[in-house]
Amino acid sequence: MSASSTAEAPFVPKTKVGSFTNFVDERVGGSGILREFGRKVFPDHWSFMFGEVALYSFVILLMSGTFLTFFFDPSMAETHYQGSYTPLYNVEMSVAYNSSLNISFDVRGGLFMRQVHHWAALLFVASLGVHMLRVFFTGAFRKPREMNWVVGGVLLILAMAAGFTGYSLPDDLLSGNGLRIIDGVIKSIPVIGTYISFFLFGGEFPGTAIIGRLYVLHILLVPALILLMIVIHLFMVVVHKHTQYPGPGRNDGNVVGYPLGPVYAAKAGGFFFIVFGVLALMAAAFTINPIWNYGPYDPSPVSAGTQPDWYIGFVDGALRLMPGVVNNFHFEWIVFGHTLTLNVLLPALVPAGIIFTVLFMYPWIERWVTKDNREHHVLDRPRNAPTRTAIGVAGFTWYCVMWAAAGSDLIATHFHVSLNDVTYWLRTLFFIGPIIAFIVTKRIALALQRKDREIALHGRETGRIVRLPHGEFIEVHAPLDEYKRYKLVGFESPAPLPAQPNEHGVVTRKEKRRAALSRWFFEDRVAPATPAELEAAHSHGHHEAIAAGDEQKSLSH
Amino acid sequence: MGNHSDGSPNHSGTVATAGQNEVEKFQDPGLPPHRLRLADTDPVAAKRAERQVAILFGTSVIGTLVFLVAYFAIDLGDDTTIATIRTQNLLLGLGTAFAMLGIGTGIVHWAKALMPDHEVSEERHAIRTEEDRQAAVRIVDDIVEETGIKRRPLIRNTLLGAVALAPLPALAIFGDLGPRPDKALAHTMWAPQDGKLKRLTRDPDGTPIKASDVTIGSAFHVIPEGLNELHEGKLNEKAKAVVLLMRLDPNSLHPSEGRESWSYNGIVAYSKICTHVGCPVALYEQQTHHLLCPCHQSTFDLTQECKVIFGPASRPLPQLPIAVDAEGYLVATSDFREPVGPSYWERDEHERLINS
Repeated sequence: MSASSTAEAPFVPKTKVGSFTNFVDERVGGSGILREFGRKVFPDHWSFMFGEVALYSFVILLMSGTFLTFFFDPSMAETHYQGSYTPLYNVEMSVAYNSSLNISFDVRGGLFMRQVHHWAALLFVASLGVHMLRVFFTGAFRKPREMNWVVGGVLLILAMAAGFTGYSLPDDLLSGNGLRIIDGVIKSIPVIGTYISFFLFGGEFPGTAIIGRLYVLHILLVPALILLMIVIHLFMVVVHKHTQYPGPGRNDGNVVGYPLGPVYAAKAGGFFFIVFGVLALMAAAFTINPIWNYGPYDPSPVSAGTQPDWYIGFVDGALRLMPGVVNNFHFEWIVFGHTLTLNVLLPALVPAGIIFTVLFMYPWIERWVTKDNREHHVLDRPRNAPTRTAIGVAGFTWYCVMWAAAGSDLIATHFHVSLNDVTYWLRTLFFIGPIIAFIVTKRIALALQRKDREIALHGRETGRIVRLPHGEFIEVHAPLDEYKRYKLVGFESPAPLPAQPNEHGVVTRKEKRRAALSRWFFEDRVAPATPAELEAAHSHGHHEAIAAGDEQKSLSH
Repeated sequence: MGNHSDGSPNHSGTVATAGQNEVEKFQDPGLPPHRLRLADTDPVAAKRAERQVAILFGTSVIGTLVFLVAYFAIDLGDDTTIATIRTQNLLLGLGTAFAMLGIGTGIVHWAKALMPDHEVSEERHAIRTEEDRQAAVRIVDDIVEETGIKRRPLIRNTLLGAVALAPLPALAIFGDLGPRPDKALAHTMWAPQDGKLKRLTRDPDGTPIKASDVTIGSAFHVIPEGLNELHEGKLNEKAKAVVLLMRLDPNSLHPSEGRESWSYNGIVAYSKICTHVGCPVALYEQQTHHLLCPCHQSTFDLTQECKVIFGPASRPLPQLPIAVDAEGYLVATSDFREPVGPSYWERDEHERLINS
């Protein structure tokens, strides 16, 4: 117990547990680690949970996926089904599909594990996406976290890759048609497309190699990369310490929250079980990917209303939106005797390319525009960065239009509208949707900022109507306490930064572009309320006075 | 002044004016005073929270037992019905859900109600100190100096060359992932074999189709004769050779020059593989004579030789020239006159090859 003696007297543990931990500690130095991390402070906010959901979904994916590998056979050899699902009895199919059916119907708990795995995969990508939206809208990607933002973007791509490779493994009709589409997209790549297709499928589509190859990617390469990226991601979180929302007592020099032990560890650890529990509930009650309904892959049939898993939807939707022919203008060209099929190539690569390029570059774009090289550990409330928030919502809207397009046929059948009209509308929204979203979002953000100013200066409305002696009715406003007020006024509102000459006294063209962007970013701005303004508000429009006391009743409206 | 019902920026002070940033800011009042919870002050409430946590953990135990009972009591044999599997799945899932949610909610409730909820503040430290940077620069300089790489460009340049070339074998070794794309994409099973024309047969059973069986308005899913007997590459051939066969009023077909003999008595055959990205164009609208691809909604008009009238496809579906043999069965008089399916870089080259 008391190791407070001099250095010469070695510590002698008294209990069994004590001697065990001491044995380990003397050899790996656990005390130092515990001293560093045992009470490390983590800020707490509900929006920080999305990253945790993603992490825990991944752990659940590893566990349920490992179980599935014990029973799954990724062979494309032909066999005849002999299992207990009678509608498919004796049907010719691949061994992969056969073993997927056996997992579902002949392994106890196999169906449950398959459904947990599939739901966890859908949740993994979804929580990653929402986590990235949270990081974007709160400005958490700013210095020093730009690199971690990039790691997060890589994780999102890897998660989609993991999802797609896994989706294809059962070799059912639905996923087979998905592969067929991928093959068509790959073949549209100029010069090397056909080669990539033949190399991927081991010859012509579908061949007999693809499932085995996707299997190795799905259970080895992609998860290993995801794990590596998660380690880098969390390592950087430890280096940077977590960001925190603005509020009294929080600034860029400190971190306010709960210590890791016990409160934060308990909440975060407990949350793992909650995520697992919710996924188990979904797997119990909601069927996902009923492969037995689709049948084995066959290049001839296809079912109407086919959908990819949700995260691939935006690419599929873009493929649907692109017209192949417009007024006799064909998007397939013959260039020097070669076929260039832009009606496939453009929608498959360009929107996803734009989204991920802007996503990866955004921290550097904003840093260039603002010339802000400071570290930021306090988050922005989204309303306090109106242009950034508007850019984010515009991008999100663009994504959602494409995503909705992936279900254009279902929209048409469910709402009894013409499929062609749905497509025309979505094509229009593809171009003007983001613009409308940008304008509306920016105005809403500015309006919310004004409302914050209003509340900071004049207090909140109480709903109490008071009649004054001279007959006038007023609503009593309750003043905010200084903590609540600080939350509303403690932010920065950058002003446009005019072009500045460089060291040679020249204003470069690039600098002019930066200045123009800076104006575009910050010309509409709402400044935080200042103490002087509060003073002025107090002495001129004194609604609060009535609630606060009865000092003076000079009222102006 | 201060009139909050007036949204005008000029009045509400929302437009930044010169020097506004320098106007003194509100001082950070620091962390708000800590407010005690009920369980902090009232031992009865604390005891109640303790019991609630224990009950939640107890729920988890019940969930685990439900799982075990469902696993061992319901055995899957050959005569298991789907209903049994569904029931077992539900019970296993509910058991797991309660087992996990009991632990999770119990721990979180414990943390929120009984563990200290006092927020603490910790200083952040510089991610990189200037002292560290200078030390690192010295170390790197020393390392570079000791290697002598700056003084010995011969070593540096040969190493760069070697390292640049070394990954090439790692790329080359993947060369056998697949065969080089040859002319395989240009041909399908429909090409006559040893002068014998291939019959059009029903998908999937492979029975030949008599022209007289094809009534106006009907549609057949068609595979080439002999496909089902293939042992190797059956799906590969099927993926290229599937055909949709329909019969229309001969007057509504408008064959272009050179295609007049490709149909028989209003019966036409078109590739079922979409020219967009290769899904089967499986939907036939009998009234409008449109073919629709369910994947991306490309629509083809049968009366205009399957010209694209809507959607992302850019090329008409390839037509299979057909005729009737001596026994009255439909046969393909030749292979498709162009490559089927999605476009690819060498497609035009292949088309010229087929027609040469």
